[in-house]
Amino acid sequence: MKDIIRAAAIISIVSIILMLVNAKLNGSGNRSDTNSITVFNWGEYLDPALLKQFEQETNIKVIYETFDSNEAMMTKIEQGGTTYDIAVPSEYAIEKMKEADQLLPIDHKKLPNLQNIDPYFLDLPFDPHNEYSIPYFWGTLGIAFNPELLEGQTFESWEDLWNPTLQQEVVLVDSAREVIGMGLNTLGYSLNSTDKTELQEAVDKLATLSPNVKAIIGDEITQLMVNGEAAVALTWSGQAADMMADNESIDYVVPQEGSNLWFDNMVIPKTAANVDGAHAFINFMLDAEVAAQNADYVGYSTPNLAALAFMDPAVTGDERYYPDEEARDHLEVYKDLGLTMLGHYNELFLKFKMNLQ
Amino acid sequence: MNNKKTSFSFSSVPYILWIALFVIVPIALVVRYSFFDLSGHFTFNNYQSFFSSIYFKLTINSFWYAFLITFFSLVFAYPTAYFLTKTKHKQLWLLLIIIPSWINLLLKTYAFIGLFGLYGPINAFLKMIGIGEHQLLFTDFSFVFVAVYIFIPFMILPIFNSLDKLNPALIDAARDLGAGAWTTFRRVILPLTMNGVKSGIQVVFIPSLSLFMITRLIAGNKVMTLGTAIEQQFLVTQNWGMGSTIAVFLILFMFIIMWFTGQKEKGGTKR
Repeated sequence: MKDIIRAAAIISIVSIILMLVNAKLNGSGNRSDTNSITVFNWGEYLDPALLKQFEQETNIKVIYETFDSNEAMMTKIEQGGTTYDIAVPSEYAIEKMKEADQLLPIDHKKLPNLQNIDPYFLDLPFDPHNEYSIPYFWGTLGIAFNPELLEGQTFESWEDLWNPTLQQEVVLVDSAREVIGMGLNTLGYSLNSTDKTELQEAVDKLATLSPNVKAIIGDEITQLMVNGEAAVALTWSGQAADMMADNESIDYVVPQEGSNLWFDNMVIPKTAANVDGAHAFINFMLDAEVAAQNADYVGYSTPNLAALAFMDPAVTGDERYYPDEEARDHLEVYKDLGLTMLGHYNELFLKFKMNLQ
Repeated sequence: MNNKKTSFSFSSVPYILWIALFVIVPIALVVRYSFFDLSGHFTFNNYQSFFSSIYFKLTINSFWYAFLITFFSLVFAYPTAYFLTKTKHKQLWLLLIIIPSWINLLLKTYAFIGLFGLYGPINAFLKMIGIGEHQLLFTDFSFVFVAVYIFIPFMILPIFNSLDKLNPALIDAARDLGAGAWTTFRRVILPLTMNGVKSGIQVVFIPSLSLFMITRLIAGNKVMTLGTAIEQQFLVTQNWGMGSTIAVFLILFMFIIMWFTGQKEKGGTKR
């Protein structure tokens, strides 16, 4: 009995100490310094030279931190240990954060440079009137392929992936919405379909692709394509750009039936301590020359119309990265389907993976 | 006397703390979560969906691959351990077998992506000896191979220990009494090293049931296990309830296996 009491006492003492340490750590993160902002961005997603330029122009110091997934970013913001002033989530994550009441509205009056953004990228369904978010970069989902390994075969349609000559050649990303979305697009349905018969049709269609599937993997796709180990891959435009930078024979195409159009956007989380500084930062990033320099450095497509003038026409004229209006009409932005529907997508994807040969 | 007793009980505090914080509390949490659905309501639905065809098939799959991995580990580990006990510098040889298990699992797995690649050394060798190039990566063969490679030290160690402790006089006695090599092995060596084999099976079979990273990196998701399903439920679907339910079943399976391979001490060992 004595031992149990002793053990209980020790456990409670340890817990109290840990709680105090925790409170102390959280407290020290809440600084009230108005002359600095904390920016939370994806890795390799901003030209560091621009941070220096911003500090010189505005006298606001930038603390820069990076994350590698929307989920990790949301968890950190939810915990509230650090006062992030700027974060860069993807569109579906913005819907979730809005629902969870984690974002502050953005004051458009403080953003004179907002006029530089192509109106096409404003007022999108995931954030009407851009109340909470400002577009940062965008891209597509499509097919990366290496014609040298395929006797010059090219891709225009999703259906081309079903070609019998591609036996055991196609590599897919390990992500339910992308793969099921491809099935939906092939049949001409919406990427955001919640209709169970449509989804079932899409999965049945995908099941017939299984003889052609070589593997379903994550970021290793880039390396496999660069090494010529894989010939065809379902991948995002940014990843395709990485492949092409290392292997010139690789090409990228957005199939004609349509595909996913994605955005990463700047937001001001509820944790912000310097809201004015955050607005100043967003306005700075919207500047045409700054956006052009950033797009050059990062390699993704910028939504900043005015910036295109400052960029290499060979890049901005490239249909693969900057598809024209007509091509964009076939593209669709992901909506947050809710956890139950996402669960259904994953269940179907799991079934698809289990029936691979 | 009294003094001795308190020092003993005090030294058991870290153990109790450890077990409570890192074994009992997490398992209790997993069980608790398994009874909640996505919107946080109490439910048995997770258990119901576990018995749907897809998870049943996953379970069979997991067991089949875990069986294959354990079987091949055992087939290669037993003779290896046997010959190790016969070598001159057995501790050195044993060390050489153990060293790879100090290297990070992920690192070893990534190394195999290179080795098994179309332009990797193994294919280069196959081409040289005239067999020709083969797609090695993303097959169930490569999955079992890499898993066996990773787990085999854990199978060799307990078997080596039990073989090493075996009194050689017993083997001589068996031979003197007219038993052939095979009979000696079957009737004397194997029964006396059974405990080593059992703990080897335990430490290989149980982790292979829940392997997940290798299924994607080496098998390209062409091999699916319960571990993969748990990872997905937690990280992508964010359905902690379903993930926990699968985990509860995995824990149950592990207890059953422990029960079967456990060493039943009855009246001490007969030596």
